[in-house]
Amino acid sequence: MTENISSILYLVSSVCFIMALRGLSSPETSRQGNVFGIAGMVVAIGTTLALPSVLSYEVIIAGIVIGGAIGSFIAWKIEMTALPQLVAAFHSLVGLAACFVAAAAYYRPEAYGIGEFLAIHTSSLIEMTLGLAIGAVTFTGSIIAFGKLQGLITGSPLVFKGQHPLNALLGVGLVGLMVWVVRDQTEIGFWAILVLSLLIGVLIILPIGGADMPVVISMLNSYSGWAACGIGFTLGNSLLIVTGALVGSSGAILSYIMCKGMNRSFFSVILGGFGGESPGGAPRTQGDKSIKTGSAEDAAFIMENAASVIIVPGYGMAVAQAQHALREMCDILKSRDVTVRYAIHPVAGRMPGHMNVLLAEANVPYEQVLELDEINRDFNQTDVAFVIGANDVTNPAAKTDPTSPIYGMPILDVENARTVLFIKRSMASGYAGVDNELFFRDNTMMLFSDAKKMCEEVVKALK
Amino acid sequence: MNAEQLLDHAKQLATEAERLAGESVRVAQKAAQSATGSSDITQSAGVDPFIFGLTVLVLACFVGYYVVWRVTPALHSPLMSVTNAISSVIIVGALIAAGPAETNFSQIMGFCAVVLASVNIFGGFIVTQRMLSMFKKKR
Repeated sequence: MTENISSILYLVSSVCFIMALRGLSSPETSRQGNVFGIAGMVVAIGTTLALPSVLSYEVIIAGIVIGGAIGSFIAWKIEMTALPQLVAAFHSLVGLAACFVAAAAYYRPEAYGIGEFLAIHTSSLIEMTLGLAIGAVTFTGSIIAFGKLQGLITGSPLVFKGQHPLNALLGVGLVGLMVWVVRDQTEIGFWAILVLSLLIGVLIILPIGGADMPVVISMLNSYSGWAACGIGFTLGNSLLIVTGALVGSSGAILSYIMCKGMNRSFFSVILGGFGGESPGGAPRTQGDKSIKTGSAEDAAFIMENAASVIIVPGYGMAVAQAQHALREMCDILKSRDVTVRYAIHPVAGRMPGHMNVLLAEANVPYEQVLELDEINRDFNQTDVAFVIGANDVTNPAAKTDPTSPIYGMPILDVENARTVLFIKRSMASGYAGVDNELFFRDNTMMLFSDAKKMCEEVVKALK
Repeated sequence: MNAEQLLDHAKQLATEAERLAGESVRVAQKAAQSATGSSDITQSAGVDPFIFGLTVLVLACFVGYYVVWRVTPALHSPLMSVTNAISSVIIVGALIAAGPAETNFSQIMGFCAVVLASVNIFGGFIVTQRMLSMFKKKR
């Protein structure tokens, strides 16, 4: 196959990837988009296999079969609630693969036409070290994110004195190493970049709290794209550059949307330390205010007699796997002529769009699932807001209390509904570590229980 | 200008043309060499491959920006898993590394990268398909 033909096929593949993302603009076209993505990947792999330098087909096919079997098995088995962990784990693999490719290119540059061992073209070497560093940061960063999401590492931020100076020092050291490797082509320097980048990946994700995970996952998504981009530059392959840029910008946009959903700057998220237990000092005020608690029967009675109900799901629903019980409850309500809709906050859950997937899994029609700005005005004409597993995203303090850590965050105005039913396991505060004054309002009824159990009990009471 | 001068001129032009022809053959050979040396077609056009790559990068970022903003928020999770799957296109680099018939360090690195990227490709596309199949119109 000539260079021209393979380049054109790579172009076809790039266009397929663009179409794959384009398809996601609506649920109807999304499945077709995924088919485009698969087609693009098949073209890319087929074209590469047909290159004259690729000869060891047995080894390659063995690799694809082993990897493909593992990947397919995991993807079929995974619970939808564990999606964030899965995505984090997959990101780490892209990062590690980028490191391997960079190492392969470093030791056999002639295969890629970028020079000889220890005499690689300067520009290729710059791109290679960048690809290596970003890949390594993505690898360990994603592993830490996976650990936090899976509960293997504490979700609260791990901070220590001198953290930021240390990170800055390591960052400067990394740049210094890159300059050294590019100038002197040293082998030790190449491996030192790898080790240092792996360390930086751990250190930048550790201090970030559980509530900021949607941003972290999006950010690592972006990094994995830029790593592919760096490798693409090294190999002079425009397909890798295009795909890397698509993935990189997609991750960056998602990070931006998530940051806006929390009214936090990207840098404050990266610097970490937000979330987890509230710092000592601020005493809890719940003692001197009264709350109203209710039972499943009360909740069933209120909702049955309402004209409209808005469900506000959050991460707690995912943890309790309550989506199916919730849908059953809503089906009964709908059969009694109650209008039921769902309101999703941009940062609900642990990754962008997490709640939408869980509700879709429970067969909730996606037309009834609305975004914050689509539904927020409707709360004052709503009889019941049913908050299940969400907390901080409903906290009115975000609008009224300038001293609150979540001040300025866009929230769902559930307090405007005639009655607020709030399922919660205990009076503990949310991830932001702030009390929710909503609990003490006259129109709020607290339902203390596990989200799934409560939904099942409401269903029983409704029948 | 007499006939002799004209003849001289013509001779000069002929030798010049011959020199140019030789030059162009050399250029063509060089171009062919660099084209086989790397998959980058622009090397023969005389543009630094980095500039070429940068052009592609910037344009692709713009395409990405506009395409991704059009993605409906409900599908942000599938967006993430599908971008994850397509970023494994890095397998292209891995295949080239794993390609040569002889076994050496680079080939082993390439093989490992092929395995990892395959996990991602299959896993990413399948999990995306699973998610998207839930977003079918109901009733």
